[in-house]
Amino acid sequence: MTCADFLKELTDYLDAVIDESTRAELEDHLAWCHNCYVICNTTKKTIEIYRDSQLYELPEELRSRLEVAILSRCASKKKPSTT
Amino acid sequence: MAIIETKVRDAATDELALVQAAKRGDVSAFEGLVKRYDRNIFRIAQHITQNREDAEDVTQDAFLKAYENLEQFQGNSKFYTWLVRIAVNESLMKLRRRRTDRTVSLDEDIKTEEDTMPREIADWSPNPEQLYKQGELKDILRKTIQGLPASFRTVFVLRDVEGLSTEETAEALDLSIPAVKSRLLRARLQLRERLNKYFRKPRGGDGKK
Repeated sequence: MTCADFLKELTDYLDAVIDESTRAELEDHLAWCHNCYVICNTTKKTIEIYRDSQLYELPEELRSRLEVAILSRCASKKKPSTT
Repeated sequence: MAIIETKVRDAATDELALVQAAKRGDVSAFEGLVKRYDRNIFRIAQHITQNREDAEDVTQDAFLKAYENLEQFQGNSKFYTWLVRIAVNESLMKLRRRRTDRTVSLDEDIKTEEDTMPREIADWSPNPEQLYKQGELKDILRKTIQGLPASFRTVFVLRDVEGLSTEETAEALDLSIPAVKSRLLRARLQLRERLNKYFRKPRGGDGKK
């Protein structure tokens, strides 16, 4: 397995949706290829940091305002089933 | 595992009941759906539009459109996936309006210099998120993801931030599964590459402060 082959499978490997034999080949490659090992770990960390970072949380005050606006707009429309 | 599966099934049944009640014109049932998903829709919209006012508009418009078109929701997919699809389209429309100089499309399959082959391979500090204060870290992450093409950013946000499956992401974006996987790989690798300069281990050090 080359580094390019490894990269092609990286997404499925990180998402754990890969068959057993391909996984074994990838892990064999990781055992000796330091560059791919680093790429794999830092890509995994990239995903974790974004997943945990809560970049765009909706503040409660704005949330309430949006909910009121949405529901009043919905109420002013005719019932969906009567279309 | 069985308990988790049961909870997932109950939530799906509960959701379907809310959708069916809302279809009959029950606004309070629709309110249940709004409260369940408004945070997610707002996050997705802000990630795509990169603008808070636009994200507020998209959140309102997406729910209103969903309400008006509930009859068209067939129940073949999850309500949430259907709603995300509406919100993504609304967000892209906002983005197009703001960027009249270039088209914004999910169909763009951009090949860039920093495509899949990494240029810089540097190991990161053991806990890179602890190298910065919370606010600084968020600024770095926002700036970095904003630099991705919209088509990559959208796939990354749905899959890795919001946790949709590959299949759900493909359905929400009207892309094939291989197209989702290809964009996701490139999005992940480009973000990794761009974060290197903030998170790499100092030369000769162990990365600890």
